[in-house]
Amino acid sequence: MVSSTDASSAQRSAAAESLIARDLIEIRDLHYSVGGRSIFSGLNLSIPRGRITALMGPSGTGKTTLLRLITGQIKPTSGQVLFDGIDVSALKTRELYALRRRMGMLFQNGALLTDMSVFENVAFPLREHTDLPESLIRNVVLTKLQAVGLRGAAQLMPAELSGGMNRRVALARTMATDPEVLIYDEPFTGLDPISMGMIVRLVRHMNNALGITSIVVSHDVKELSELSDTSYIIAGGKVAASGELKNLKGHQSDIVNQFVNGLPDGPVPFHYPAADYYQQLLGSEA
Amino acid sequence: MKLLRELTDNAGDFAATVGGVTLFLGRVLAQVPRALLRPSLIVEQIHNAGALSLVIIMTCGLFVGAVLGLQGYDLLLRFGSEDALGTAAALALIRELGPVVTALLFAGRAGTALASELGLMRATDQLTAMEMMAVDPIRRVVAPRFLGGLIAMPLLTLIFIAIGIFGVQVVGVQLFGVDSASFWSQMRSSVSHEDIGEGLLKGCVFGFACSLIAVYEGYTATPTAEGVGRATTRTVVISAVLTLMLDYMLTAIML
Ligand SMILES: Nc1ncnc2c1ncn2[C@@H]1O[C@H](COP(=O)(O)OP(=O)(O)O)[C@@H](O)[C@H]1O
Ligand SMILES: [Mg+2]
Repeated sequence: MVSSTDASSAQRSAAAESLIARDLIEIRDLHYSVGGRSIFSGLNLSIPRGRITALMGPSGTGKTTLLRLITGQIKPTSGQVLFDGIDVSALKTRELYALRRRMGMLFQNGALLTDMSVFENVAFPLREHTDLPESLIRNVVLTKLQAVGLRGAAQLMPAELSGGMNRRVALARTMATDPEVLIYDEPFTGLDPISMGMIVRLVRHMNNALGITSIVVSHDVKELSELSDTSYIIAGGKVAASGELKNLKGHQSDIVNQFVNGLPDGPVPFHYPAADYYQQLLGSEA
Repeated sequence: MKLLRELTDNAGDFAATVGGVTLFLGRVLAQVPRALLRPSLIVEQIHNAGALSLVIIMTCGLFVGAVLGLQGYDLLLRFGSEDALGTAAALALIRELGPVVTALLFAGRAGTALASELGLMRATDQLTAMEMMAVDPIRRVVAPRFLGGLIAMPLLTLIFIAIGIFGVQVVGVQLFGVDSASFWSQMRSSVSHEDIGEGLLKGCVFGFACSLIAVYEGYTATPTAEGVGRATTRTVVISAVLTLMLDYMLTAIML
């Protein structure tokens, strides 16, 4: 990360970068605003290769927006998102699509195509991008479904699956094209403890066994402190803290402290801004 | 004053929609050549749009024809020219009622289904997921549906017209005893290829408009339950208005 304005040190660190393996994703001085509201103002972070990185922060802080910026669905107001050294926002649609074949993204609800069976959903990216013979597609699909434990569900329709199964099928579908990086947007939300455990195990498996770089967005501090190698806490449009999650519990910043320890009140107030309570009760204001 | 503001708001909304639809059309047309490489997807959509609307179009065709038979017979009787019933009804069906009523029914049945399907795909991140799999949803999802509707509409129009004429015949010939031979022979001799061409052209134009509106409204729907509902309503309303406006223009040009 180049934070120094000193040109020579920037050069030196650029030279050093080319020597050591570069981080897979680097975000430099990112600004993004939508509808006149600033969501990021000078965000810097980097996602190391082959690790599990957690992105955390209170709801509405812009985690999903950050993922959309990383995957090129939206463009930053200023600043750079570098994927393996490539500036994502500078790409043409065709180049962007080529880049996306190296990424896999998991949506909160799975986002399976509802008019296709589980099997066809997993086969979908293969049919779209390759001319593989049917027998080979079948083998790949069954292998991927086996990996998420749902080979037996191949002929079911998405509507027949539970929330956790939906996400596992979506994971199998994402894995069908062997991406380098997997991006999970709130993969644990709304799952029962058993399904959550399964997803945690799968995230770790994809990372350990296949060496896939993983980005997990969540506010589940407990699950993430076991799962992630590094984490970033995003608040107020910037990175509020970074490092290993278990080291952040006693962080000096109040917002980080509130978030990591789950305190109901703090810099993020319990009360939405409102007029004075007693005055309102006494009827002097609507 | 309030009315004025509503009007200007609507005019702004109208201009924005026209602009949006035009840009969207450009994106769809750009993907049509690649979509044509996979005819199976289009055939599936012709089948979807056709199968959805077929029953309602056949039923309505029969009744529109039957009413035309009643009214036409009553009218022509006053001039003592009941024999012209076949010609008059066939021309009305082929040139006006067939394409227009088919388009209205198509928008109400297949168009709303398309819009809500695409809107739900948007709301449940299916379209975004496709983009993330490096598959262009315009090419894979929108273009085949647009082409399917475009091809299905003229076919449905023909079916509507054929059944409508059968309905006229049931009322005119079977019920009122118009001479069957002159009913058919007059129709055959006075309905020209141009008339049929005009009807088919209208069917194609309306199919183009209704399919485009349906996929546009669905694709650009606000990704909420309310947004999808709004998209379906707008599909029907805009399609109906557009169909009748285009009908006037086409008729004025071709007469
Ligand atoms: N297209 C948009 N238009 C207006 N506001 C948006 C848009 N996208 C996101 N936002 C706002 O940006 C903020 C961050 O959203 P999001 O990234 O979904 O947060 P998170 O995923 O951290 O909960 C939210 O307050 C949301 O209202
Ligand atoms: Mg989010």
